Amino acid sequence: MASTEADVFDRLGRGLSALGAWIDDRFPMTKLIKEHATEYYASKNFNFWYGFGVIATFVLVLQLVTGIFLTMNYKPSAAEAFASVEYIMRDVEWGWLIRYLHSTGASAFFIVVYLHMFRGLLYGSYKKPRELVWIIGMFIYLALMAEAFFGYLLPWGNMSYWGAQVIVSLFGAVPGIGPDLAEWIRGDFYISDITLNRFFAFHVIAVPLMLVLLVVVHIMALHEVGSNNPDGVEIKEHKGPDGKPIDGVAFHPYHTSKDLVIIVIFLIAFAAVVFFAPDMGGYFLEHANFEPADVLRTPEHIAPVWYFTPFYAILRAVPNKLVGVALMGSAVLLLFLFPWLDRCRVKSIRYRSFGYKVALMIFAMTFVTLGYLGLQPATGMVPTLSLVFTIVYFAFFLMLPFYTRSEKTKPVPTRVKW
Amino acid sequence: MVRSAIVAFALAVGFAGSAAAQHAGELEPANNNIANTASLQRGAKYFVNYCMGCHSAKYVRYNRLGEDLQLSNQQLMDSLMFTGERPFDTMSIAMKPEDSKRWFSISPPDLSLIARSRGTDYIYTYLHSFYVDPSRPTGVNNVLLPNTSMPHVLWQLQGIQRAVFETDEHGVKEFAGFEMVRPGELEERAYDDVVRDIVNFLDYIGEPMKRERQQLGVRVIGFLLVFLLISYMLKKEIWKDVK
Repeated sequence: MASTEADVFDRLGRGLSALGAWIDDRFPMTKLIKEHATEYYASKNFNFWYGFGVIATFVLVLQLVTGIFLTMNYKPSAAEAFASVEYIMRDVEWGWLIRYLHSTGASAFFIVVYLHMFRGLLYGSYKKPRELVWIIGMFIYLALMAEAFFGYLLPWGNMSYWGAQVIVSLFGAVPGIGPDLAEWIRGDFYISDITLNRFFAFHVIAVPLMLVLLVVVHIMALHEVGSNNPDGVEIKEHKGPDGKPIDGVAFHPYHTSKDLVIIVIFLIAFAAVVFFAPDMGGYFLEHANFEPADVLRTPEHIAPVWYFTPFYAILRAVPNKLVGVALMGSAVLLLFLFPWLDRCRVKSIRYRSFGYKVALMIFAMTFVTLGYLGLQPATGMVPTLSLVFTIVYFAFFLMLPFYTRSEKTKPVPTRVKW
Repeated sequence: MVRSAIVAFALAVGFAGSAAAQHAGELEPANNNIANTASLQRGAKYFVNYCMGCHSAKYVRYNRLGEDLQLSNQQLMDSLMFTGERPFDTMSIAMKPEDSKRWFSISPPDLSLIARSRGTDYIYTYLHSFYVDPSRPTGVNNVLLPNTSMPHVLWQLQGIQRAVFETDEHGVKEFAGFEMVRPGELEERAYDDVVRDIVNFLDYIGEPMKRERQQLGVRVIGFLLVFLLISYMLKKEIWKDVK
């Protein structure tokens, strides 16, 4: 009887490969799997910093899936939105879990993306030939900010309402067309049901579609040039007799098995927040947002959610609204120029000068400090400190091309080290 | 539109937070415990009897209360539902917002989420901070929320207290403490317990699934820790040849 069993598996196997061949004649299935997984070689010496890309992809999927289920019960209308969120929290089976996964996922997305971007800065992943990977990544970051901003209005809490009011009013600072522009964005004279409806449309279809497309393009561009590594060495330059990079291992099964561990570690931290501190002390879900939107009553202290506060602090640093908006915009846009502002040819921080290491650390700390200042009411020392750190932020970018041109670097190895 | 945008911007940029600093004194810790079902049951009773004349909890269903507070439908009907509600109804009230706005100057807020927006310590302190003030239409004022429109509905339990204010060297009036004018039905500690039960109930209705969430969290993280071990072993096995 045993032979019969083997027979069944044999026939099943032959049937499957016939099906595979049939598909491959019509669609590049095997080719794609080889190009992007089983024969995509990435360096073997990735450290934990290299985990945030896969975590970001995971969080994107999580947000899409939980978002679909939230949309099934959410009502995008000024009269019903707030109540429908509470309906999800109280009456929908597992609704509270889906909502907390989504709200925590939003903050997690930014934490992960900020760390992913910082990894790029640490190891020079934006440098030739990966400039486009970086630029596309910056567009993902912009799309993510838009997605978060539109989504934050949807619960129709009082902080949602006034936060949107403040941010949309920023467009009013544009000379000439400002007020009309703000009105055009709102579709009304103030944030209203009409605004909520269009923000819903942007949040659930327009921006996510763009995000997914950009992520696909980001990964395609990356796989074209190959992943960087903590040594900043091009592994493609050292190939074995089989034509494969000696220091690379196949994405599948090597990096996929490692990524699984990384995702489980992330999920443990994520679950700790979802199940034990979903408000995160008022940073992930703000207290004032548990009151419904009220046109006549502003919250005591309006601040954007934490992931926008570094730029919000820059906006507030100068007393002139137009200058503030311009500074905030250029603070984001300067990041696009990183591949050209940094003129040092050495990629990895491991082999760069002590001076650059210090500058990058100061930049990272400035970003975090601005984030903290953006959360505080603009009283006491906060405006002065915001101005000081805004100057440091811009000084980092403006001085970058000058001292990196003739930077004293350490010798870069030809092969990667563990 | 332009004006409202400017107002919003000014509030955000210029004056944000200045209001937050005005509360006199610190909040007293509520020290409530949502795992204490007896306290939640008492809190529900006080809420229905003292608060629900004016305040709704319109997202809370009676039958959900019954499930979580271990009350049968009969017990719910006998002790919490007095006006012919059905068990699947929410805790809404008959008072119309238009009327209450005329009577109190503001409509009493729905309390479903008050513990999440204001915090338990805030409510606990608020319900301890009423004092007699003949200049107010309700005869009372509140140290935590000056010129509150709410009457002191628990005055029979707490008694009537007077607030003592001192003027400091800059001429600023500072709250210095309360003095009991006429004791109420309850001793101070017993009144604290009543307020704690109410706060506990409000904490529970703010997030009825809180305990379920925490219990599930322990199991989810437990599973993930086991799965972490398995996935790590898989990774080690696959990577053992990589040098």
